[in-house]
Amino acid sequence: MSHWIIAPVVLPAMMAPLIGYVMRHDIVLARVASAASTVALFAIALGLAFWAADGGTHVYRLGDWPAPFGIVLVLDRLSAMMVLLTASLALIVLWHAIATGWDAKGRHFHALYQFQLMGICGAFLTGDAFNLFVFFEVLLIASYGLMVHSGGKVRMQAGLQYVVMNLAGSTLFLFALGTMYATTGTLNMADLAVKVPQIAAEDSGMVRVAAVLLLIVFMIKAALFPVQFWLPGTYSNAPAPVAALFAIMTKVGAYAIIRLHTLAFHPGAEPTKDVVTTWLFPAAMVTLTLGALGVLAARRLMPLLSFSVIGSMGTMMLAVAPVDAYATETALYYLVHSTFSAAALFLLADLVVSRRGSDVLDARPPVLQNGLFAALFFAAAIAMAGMPPLSGFLGKLLILDALRGPELMPWAWTGILVGSLVTIVGFARAGSMIFWKSTSLKVPEGTEAIQSDPPPAPAKGAEVAPTMMLLALLAGLAVLAGPATGYMRAAANQLFQPTGYIDAVLAPVEAPEKAEKPEADPEHDVADPLAEEEH
Amino acid sequence: MELLVASAIGVLTAGGVYLILRLRAFPVILGLSLLSYAVNIFLVSTGRLAINAPPILNKYADVPYTDPLPQALVLTAIVISFGMTAVLVMFALGAYLEAGDDSIDMKEAEEKDDAA
Repeated sequence: MSHWIIAPVVLPAMMAPLIGYVMRHDIVLARVASAASTVALFAIALGLAFWAADGGTHVYRLGDWPAPFGIVLVLDRLSAMMVLLTASLALIVLWHAIATGWDAKGRHFHALYQFQLMGICGAFLTGDAFNLFVFFEVLLIASYGLMVHSGGKVRMQAGLQYVVMNLAGSTLFLFALGTMYATTGTLNMADLAVKVPQIAAEDSGMVRVAAVLLLIVFMIKAALFPVQFWLPGTYSNAPAPVAALFAIMTKVGAYAIIRLHTLAFHPGAEPTKDVVTTWLFPAAMVTLTLGALGVLAARRLMPLLSFSVIGSMGTMMLAVAPVDAYATETALYYLVHSTFSAAALFLLADLVVSRRGSDVLDARPPVLQNGLFAALFFAAAIAMAGMPPLSGFLGKLLILDALRGPELMPWAWTGILVGSLVTIVGFARAGSMIFWKSTSLKVPEGTEAIQSDPPPAPAKGAEVAPTMMLLALLAGLAVLAGPATGYMRAAANQLFQPTGYIDAVLAPVEAPEKAEKPEADPEHDVADPLAEEEH
Repeated sequence: MELLVASAIGVLTAGGVYLILRLRAFPVILGLSLLSYAVNIFLVSTGRLAINAPPILNKYADVPYTDPLPQALVLTAIVISFGMTAVLVMFALGAYLEAGDDSIDMKEAEEKDDAA
């Protein structure tokens, strides 16, 4: 049992209060500490990913309590990949926030940022459903603070909506967990995988209710129809670097759906066998359509990007819905792509909008370095819309390939192809309005429209670098698609052979002090689950 | 006992949902509090309703005991929902002070977009 598994949770959890209490008056110190912590997190995530690539399921028991009684953290290929994705995105977004000075526009940015990372990494690593709830709350409460970072009237109102929405979602999560515990008597995911198929037929309705409630909760997080409506208001009013970091938050919901529905509620389990296949596919179709239409209808840049995030979540969840190994593999590839491309778009939008003064899509005098931003926007937009040569094209191609089943293909192919076309049109319209139409405008003499108090400075290399790095990652994901999909195939195969996970989690503890066990054993046998909730 | 607990949960939930659907911040906060009370009672009852049964095993006597896990869960849930309600109140206060009214929907901001 290696202690490194808990490091992605403990490291930010220790850095955050340190930054928040000790370094709150010194932004330079806070930046250094936050950057150092994120670099260390990235190194740890890289190490964990290499370790998990051997195909084993590594279990960390908190307090060394045996599995169904204590909380476990579980590292397999999927969770290692998600933690690595979080860490690399966090590093790039943090660079952008520091280079553009976003972090100094309000208080406690870095402390909240580290708490956010703690929550996200914990949600990816935990093997216990109630602990998943706790980590959701950790990442949410940090995201509330980040969402309203630097304040402002509209942002506070949007933040209030976001908090209300997520509190309602958390309550639903608790109802779902309560129902699940009342019927199965466990909340450990591996133990659920054992218990759910054994549920008596007369109780299976309760398990179904719990599974559907959980699905709704995760759909809220993943911004799927009919609970996607919080996302445009939140993302388009959040500070842009925060919106870029939030690109991973929708994936937390997607991850939870993939994890629970391959493990505990997999199609082989009688009570929940058709929950996901029945509901997720139509929801994803509507989400995809809404996203594409929203991109077309948006009159401001930030809502346009938010709707493109919704569209990409719809595309991805189409591939999650069939619950088979190949489709999940393509969904994982698209997940990585969609995270990086959404983040690239939000970071770029921040660079443009902060110089342009407004994100309304109308003709205005061109910004400085118009050509550079136009080129970057073009690259990020074709990635998001799914045109070659970046990874969006390959991702959508793989998903189309995975959805060739006769009952899915007419819907999925039409949806993805038409949706991509509409998204391309929307992005082309926005790009030509911002970058091309502006150059044909004569700046009328005497209008000081763009002359804000300090005239906008040209973007320095350090400010553009994070966006370029994200685009380079997308290109790398396309060039190295073979090894990447190889890893994801292995991850998907591991997901669809849950016995490895279950055996690893529920394996008896090889306790060194076995000799004194017999005295304590009778208690353990009678006791109901004595799981210890520490948070 | 079952009827009492079940109807209490039901009434609290119904009231909470009704209040959340109001468009002003204060009723929404009250509604979310009611919902969190409902879910707390619900969580306690997931370990089956037992009277006069401590959640502690007694290895010297064969006395009834109740499942301790829901109590641990509900303690966690109470702490979290209490903290979240405090955060929500601060958010609502901040939005009210910035905007001058405690409406939840962002009508005004959208109208401004349309005008722009």
